[in-house]
Amino acid sequence: MGYVFDPAAVLTGQYLDWFIWGLATTIALTVAAWLLGMTIGIILTLVRMLPFRPLEWLVAAYVEYHRNVPLLVQILVWYFGVPQLLPRAIRMWVNSHHSEFLLAMVALGLASAAYITEDLRSGIRSIPKTQYEAARSIGFNYLQAMSYVILPQALRIVIPPLINQTLLLFKNTSLAMAIGVGELTYRTREVDSYTFKTFEAFAVATIIYLAISFGIMALGAFANRRLKLELR
Amino acid sequence: MLEILENNWLLFLIGQYPHGPVGGLAMTLFLAVVGLSLSFPVAVALALARLSSHGWLRGPATAVVYIVRGLPLIMFIFWTYFALPLLTGRTVGGVETLLFALVVYEASYLSEIIRAGIEGLPKGQTEAAKALGLGYFPTTFKVILPQVLHNMMPSLVSQFVSTIKETSLGYVISANEVTFAASQVNNQLMTQPFEVYGLLALTYFTLCFTLTSAARWLERRLAAERGGLGVQTA
Repeated sequence: MGYVFDPAAVLTGQYLDWFIWGLATTIALTVAAWLLGMTIGIILTLVRMLPFRPLEWLVAAYVEYHRNVPLLVQILVWYFGVPQLLPRAIRMWVNSHHSEFLLAMVALGLASAAYITEDLRSGIRSIPKTQYEAARSIGFNYLQAMSYVILPQALRIVIPPLINQTLLLFKNTSLAMAIGVGELTYRTREVDSYTFKTFEAFAVATIIYLAISFGIMALGAFANRRLKLELR
Repeated sequence: MLEILENNWLLFLIGQYPHGPVGGLAMTLFLAVVGLSLSFPVAVALALARLSSHGWLRGPATAVVYIVRGLPLIMFIFWTYFALPLLTGRTVGGVETLLFALVVYEASYLSEIIRAGIEGLPKGQTEAAKALGLGYFPTTFKVILPQVLHNMMPSLVSQFVSTIKETSLGYVISANEVTFAASQVNNQLMTQPFEVYGLLALTYFTLCFTLTSAARWLERRLAAERGGLGVQTA
């Protein structure tokens, strides 16, 4: 039907700006949610290692909720549901400070935390207890044993799954479009509806997503190789 | 919360049926079951192509898997949404769009599971089958795949859970599944979003947690089987 594929049409003027803003928002959301997820993930891991069973169950319930409810539904609960429960003053504040970005960040961060704490726990568990005992018996104290013997090995095991988690988080930020966060997918749809250059707009977004994803995957593969070699 | 459930449980379960299209949880389950079933043969083909000794099979299959892994599912759904009507020359509904996107997406992830399963089998299996005079296809379909399938049952259940969760994206393109049904209920009520979406989360949780637990149980059984008699992997 004489359709001319013309990517330049969506890469000029304000459309180019939209893509750049979309990409910047996607990256900002990924980084913010990653930091939140990492912080809470580490805290949860420390909490579940405490010798107090009920806390362990609470963390397990947290993990199961976030793994068994679709992320999109979690985002909808946070965006539509949670503000209803907040006191009026806080709600007003959130609403005037890009509530959609903040709540998407919280939803994505909390969900990532559930996966991160599982990765961290299995990393620490995979180091045999005898390593710790051996370190203590040659005169290391708890902190030395942890920082010289256990953690360096655990980190090596944990880094590849954490990089994979980062990739998933990066892709999942696209779900924030459902609540109107102006990230890459959202902006792409906007460019599409203004220019009717559907395939061009989505081709640009696809290439951007792939470029970043492949970057993260390459980093993961590199880490995998490096860390394996050093173990030998 | 109970009142919302009392007034809307039918919409949650089957959508507007019989006064309109089937939707709700029934559609979610339908999409997940059919999506995973249809993606299975594609996944087997992709896995075999990725392990093939022919470069012209391996290259494209590897490219497909990497591209799918590098893109958000929502991008796929939009591509399908725009491209499918153009390719087929007719209007395509939300459910079909979602189903198509899911099949391609799931097939890539599933193919990685199958590939890992095939690579995890001892090489002796292939060699023994060849020594008995079996060709490539009998070896693959009568010897290798049945064992791989048996071993990957837990992963398959987990993948089913992922698929159920992914159907929630139907909301974005107004496909009539349970998340969309919940948003309709929410639009009618206006004032109780936390209850409505909480109920939705609870629905998914009950369904998926049951299945996840089943996957764990299967995993334990398989592990016991392997450790116990060692018949499976020699």
